[in-house]
Amino acid sequence: MNWLNTVALLLVAYLAVFCESSCRGFRNLFGAQIDLLPALIAYAALSAGISTVAVLATLGGLWFDSLSANPLGISVLPLFVVGFAIHYWRELILRDQRYAQFLLGLAASALVPVFTLLSLFGAGADPLMDWWSLWRWLVMSVGGGAFTPVFFCLFDRLNRAFSYQPLPQTSFRPDREIKRGRVPHMDH
Amino acid sequence: MLKRQYYIAFGLVLFVVLVVLNLPDQKAARLKLAIGGLFLPLFGMAGSAQNLADQAGKTFTSRSALLAELDRLRRENQQLQSQLLQAQEAWRENAQLRRALGWQQRALWPLKPARVIGHDPANWWRTILIDVGRRDEVRTNMVVLTPDGLVGRITHVGFSQSHVVLVGDPNCRFSVQIQQLTDKGIVAKGIISPSASSLDRLLVDLIFVPGGSLLKPGQSVVTSGDGGIFPKGLAVGHVVDVRTNDFGLNLEARVKLAVNLNHLEHVWVILQ
Repeated sequence: MNWLNTVALLLVAYLAVFCESSCRGFRNLFGAQIDLLPALIAYAALSAGISTVAVLATLGGLWFDSLSANPLGISVLPLFVVGFAIHYWRELILRDQRYAQFLLGLAASALVPVFTLLSLFGAGADPLMDWWSLWRWLVMSVGGGAFTPVFFCLFDRLNRAFSYQPLPQTSFRPDREIKRGRVPHMDH
Repeated sequence: MLKRQYYIAFGLVLFVVLVVLNLPDQKAARLKLAIGGLFLPLFGMAGSAQNLADQAGKTFTSRSALLAELDRLRRENQQLQSQLLQAQEAWRENAQLRRALGWQQRALWPLKPARVIGHDPANWWRTILIDVGRRDEVRTNMVVLTPDGLVGRITHVGFSQSHVVLVGDPNCRFSVQIQQLTDKGIVAKGIISPSASSLDRLLVDLIFVPGGSLLKPGQSVVTSGDGGIFPKGLAVGHVVDVRTNDFGLNLEARVKLAVNLNHLEHVWVILQ
């Protein structure tokens, strides 16, 4: 992981928050807006250090709240907690499998809104909650899950394009080379 | 066992969150608008791109379509001018009667046009961002509307952008009155509240209507002027259906909003 990937993650988070605010397609089609930050956090937690996860959760959460009616800073901790958990158990996760990425994004996108709503209720806010909130939650979870493999693909390509790639180890070993022909005569 | 860097990261994030959440309301609002201001270049670029796309679309409109549109607008203009003459006469008569009765004179609303540049990314609020702010003399709690009716009120004001809480948000409850279909007489009063049972963002609940009121589908709902924020008589919507609550003590109704909040592009702010 390098600084370029951290900057790219922050840039994509910034653009994602902007798109969530300005694009109405999903909202008009499904009645809910998809949140892309949990999917990004899932990617960052599997591919970067905990410091990158912390910076992404802090800046992403603050950007999200600045365009929302949420109290400023309320989204930071839910994002970080999910990123922290994935980062802690990342050795146990099959990060290269597409379905694993989808399920990870699904779980992150499902948990972040729940934690955020719990934080909002804890802070004494009165968010819009009804039976259709379950539908919105489903749309957010599946949408976030679907975008997670896209982010993995995008950042992997970015890494391949801009990062130094070490040459793969060759299986050739000079000491096991078969010498053909006569053994040279050795003078004593 | 957690590593040391986990503790440091968790501690730092927790510290930032606690500091930001415990800021005084005014400072938190300023910080929020300042951070939101980082997105203004992108919102500006999106607006310019949309304008360019609109202009490009107009370039390809045929001459006959433009002439037909011109003809339609001319007729509409003539109709509106005749209506304006009638309205001016009614306004003058109304002012004379108010003067005769010693009532306070009504002033025309100074309106400021604004463009909707963003929506709330969270699904549990209904707010929008508009491109007018302190530099345009916009203040908190000013009313936002369209020619169709009420949109909401301003909650936070930045230098060049403002947050508007929409009708149907939990933070935008207000008193309304229901008018008869025929003579516009007042049927009852109630409170507009978010709908608890509809995915449709254009449906809101009308609650605390006294039992026995003659509520009927189709009746128009307008602001009552109680509460001091929304002026009296702004169109809110119309009654869709009515149900009895609390063993007939109260009535509840669903109201279809007059303004399509899903496709807001331009709004007006009443500078009062």
